[in-house]
Parts: sequence; structure tokens; C-alpha cells
Amino acid sequence: MGGTSTETMKIKLKIWKQDGPSDQGHFIEHTAETVSPDMSFLEMMDVVNEDLVNSGKEPVEFDHDCREGICGSCNMVINGNPHGPDKATTTCQLHMRRFKDGDTVVVEPWRAKAFPVIKDLVVDRSAFDRIMQAGGYVSVSTGNAPDANAIPVPKVDADEAFMSAACIGCGACVAACKNASASLFVSAKISHLALLPQGQAERLERAHAMVTQMDEEGFGACTNTGACSATCPKEISLENIARMNRDFLKAGLQRRK
Amino acid sequence: MELFMRIMKSTIGGKTLVGITGLSFALFLVAHMAGIMLMFVSAEAYNKYGHALISNPAIYIAEAGLIVIFVAHLAKAIQLTIKNNQARPQKYHVAASGEKATTAVQKTLWAQGLLILVFVILHLNTFKFGTIYYVTYDGETIRDLHRLVIEVFQSPAYVGGYFVALLILGFHVKHGVASAFQTLGVNHPKYTPMLKTISLLYALVVVGGFIAQPVYVFLFHKGS
Ligand code: FES
Repeated sequence: MGGTSTETMKIKLKIWKQDGPSDQGHFIEHTAETVSPDMSFLEMMDVVNEDLVNSGKEPVEFDHDCREGICGSCNMVINGNPHGPDKATTTCQLHMRRFKDGDTVVVEPWRAKAFPVIKDLVVDRSAFDRIMQAGGYVSVSTGNAPDANAIPVPKVDADEAFMSAACIGCGACVAACKNASASLFVSAKISHLALLPQGQAERLERAHAMVTQMDEEGFGACTNTGACSATCPKEISLENIARMNRDFLKAGLQRRK
Repeated sequence: MELFMRIMKSTIGGKTLVGITGLSFALFLVAHMAGIMLMFVSAEAYNKYGHALISNPAIYIAEAGLIVIFVAHLAKAIQLTIKNNQARPQKYHVAASGEKATTAVQKTLWAQGLLILVFVILHLNTFKFGTIYYVTYDGETIRDLHRLVIEVFQSPAYVGGYFVALLILGFHVKHGVASAFQTLGVNHPKYTPMLKTISLLYALVVVGGFIAQPVYVFLFHKGS
């Protein structure tokens, strides 16, 4: 493999600072003088924060946890792109070699009414939790993991369900959508259960409840631009949204309540 | 009715209404475009077709239907656009780029809709409610719409405006037709690419057909 680079880069940063949901917020400017191309974007942010602390300033708050693309908490909009310029990538998986010496990089939080800023780059994504609580589960006891092939699931369905279940709930779809719509997230969560036998009993009720909660949270409608799917670190497909629409409309027509 | 209202209140229900009305209007556009192609047959065929349409009492039902479809599409789309705008009160300072970006056409669908509304009003005012000439075929006197059309399309400004309006309509329906299918839940790896091609072809054929008429009149009917 390539080994480590010895050359460092100078990166000019404009980072969003905001004290809370009601604060107006503003950009701070900071130049990271010695950025290694091998650093991840978050490591670069760690160095920036160290610089800020050493010069007596307040560090920039940002969310992170796994730093390997599975928890979905490292949410930043980098030069207008959620999770940065690369496809199928989270911010923690983005490397500084993607930028050039002297580049200006603008870092903003997810911006959506349903995701109020808690501080700086950290937003409150509990709207997603409330959508899940509305129906993103199977309420019968499923017991232990069943024996292989005890419940027959065709391979194609299992694969589809798995691809939908790959959603890490980061919210990049909302951040990327011109309408701040949560359709891709909600449809992935609806789909991964709708595609499996265990999810059938509550299928339509689930679609109805989760979509209703989604609307209540103040997310926008879907214009089918596809920006969500292009931005999604797990490349969740628009097919999920079509499936959600079908199930929701069917629920609307069939429900007795 | 209560069920209808309940579904309409949701974003997906609203989008479904926009999709169905949009597709319905798209069907009307094909019929309209095919009808006026009679211009290339003869003035008589053109005028007789127009007369057949307006002398049939069912025209009032059809017109009322079109107005309802048009207004419902516009009203629901505007309402959703407002909701969508409110969903992001604070905008980004830098726009997305590359694959993560949203195209200018997708961002301005609402504006296209309003421009199309203005165009439709002007269009009806010029033709349907425009100067009425008469012509007699086999002893029957009917409206000579052909003469009015030839007259109107002598003006470069009108032809230019018409061209721009149709271009906007083209972009609108190219997104709209494919998008409506997705909204209605039709998405399949086999058929979706096909639907996108159909949507593009639809836009090209309809807009091309509509543009053919003013261009033909402007170039080959000079001073007549
Ligand atoms: S920190 Fe977990 S996905 Fe980036």
C-alpha cells in the first residue's frame, strides 16, 4: 500500500458556530496549517479544535462516534455537500487527500426545521426517533432467531430488505433534499420490514403511522430529485420511496379507522 | 369525501394529486398537439376540427374538467412548495455540487408552473377569446381560426414568446411525467429507466409538435 504522505496542506476553513436553536449563528474562519492528506475529515476537525483550545477559543462541537461509517452521527455539510463530495461516504470516511493545498472548505450543520441545531454542527435528530416509535418495529414477540429456512424468504427479497436496512439514520437525505424531506429515511425503514414476512401483519398500519409522524415533524414533501439517494452513504434507492407511497396510499384506502 | 380529504392532507397524498392531475393534463396536451397538426393538412381541415370541438355540447364538461385539473395541480403544488420552503427555514451558504446537487429545473418547478399559467391565460386570450373571423365551407359558416393563427404568428415577439413558453413546458413535463410515476409508486429496475426515456420522448414530441406550427407559419406564411 501507499504508506503515509509527508507533505502537508494548508486548508482555510469556514465553520458554522451557533449557540443553540434560537441563536442566529455565524461562521468562524480558521486556517489549519499542517493538514496531512491521510487524515480523515474528523481528524482534521480534531486538530482544528486543539488549535482553537490552545489559542483560548471555544472548540467547535460536532457529533461522531464509530468513525467507520456505521453509526451515522458525523454529520456535516462540506462545501454544500452532506458528508462531503464523495459518493457512498460518511464524513468520518472522507479523507483530506480529497482536498488541495490552499482550498477553502465551508462546514455547515444539517439544515432543516425538523433538525434544530443544538450547538454548532450538532443537530437534534430525535424527529427520526419519533418516526421510528410511531411504527418502525414489529410488535409481536419474534422470539429467538428462527432456524435457517424456517421462514422462507426468497433471496431477492432478503437482499432488497438488507439493502433497505443498511440505512444508518444519519439524515443526509434530509440535508441534501431541497425540501428537507425525510422520504428516503422513512421509506427505507418501512421497506426493510415490508419486504419480510415478519413485517406483513402491521405493514399498512406502519406505513400510515410513520408517514403521518414524518409530516407532523415538519419535513417537506418529495420532489423526486434523487439528491437523497445520490448523497446517502449507504446508497439507499428511490425504489423504497415508491414502495412507501404505494403502502401509504393503500393504507389510506383500506384502513377502517 | 372524508377519506379523500384525509389522504390529501398528507405530503404523499398531495403529491399523488399533483401527479395524477399532471399526467391527465399531459394526455390533454398530446390530444391538443395532434389536433392542431391539421394545420399541415389544410385550413379547411383545421377549421372544421375546431368547429367540431366547440359545437359539441360535451365541450363544456371537457373544459370544466381541464380547468379543475389545472387548478388542482397548481393549488396543491403551490401549497406543497410553501411547506417545502418552511421545512428549511435557514438555507445553506454553499450549494451542493456534482451528483449530490439538485438541478435548476428541479428547483424551479413552481416558477415554471406559474409561467405556464401566465402562458395559458395569454394563449386562451389570443386564440379562444381572440378575434373571430368567419369562413364558409359548403354553405356552412364557421369560425376561421386558421386565419387568426396565421395572423398572430406573423409577430416575431409572439413566436419568440411562444418558443420560450414551450421550452419551459418541455422541461416541466420531462421531469413531471417520470416523477408522477415514481410518486404513484411505480419504480422498478426494469421499467424505471424506460419511463425516464418515455418522459423525455414525450417532452420532445409534444413540445416539438407545438413549436412546429408557429415556426412553419412564421417562415412560410409571410404576409399572407
Ligand atoms: S462517526 Fe459513525 S458514521 Fe461517521
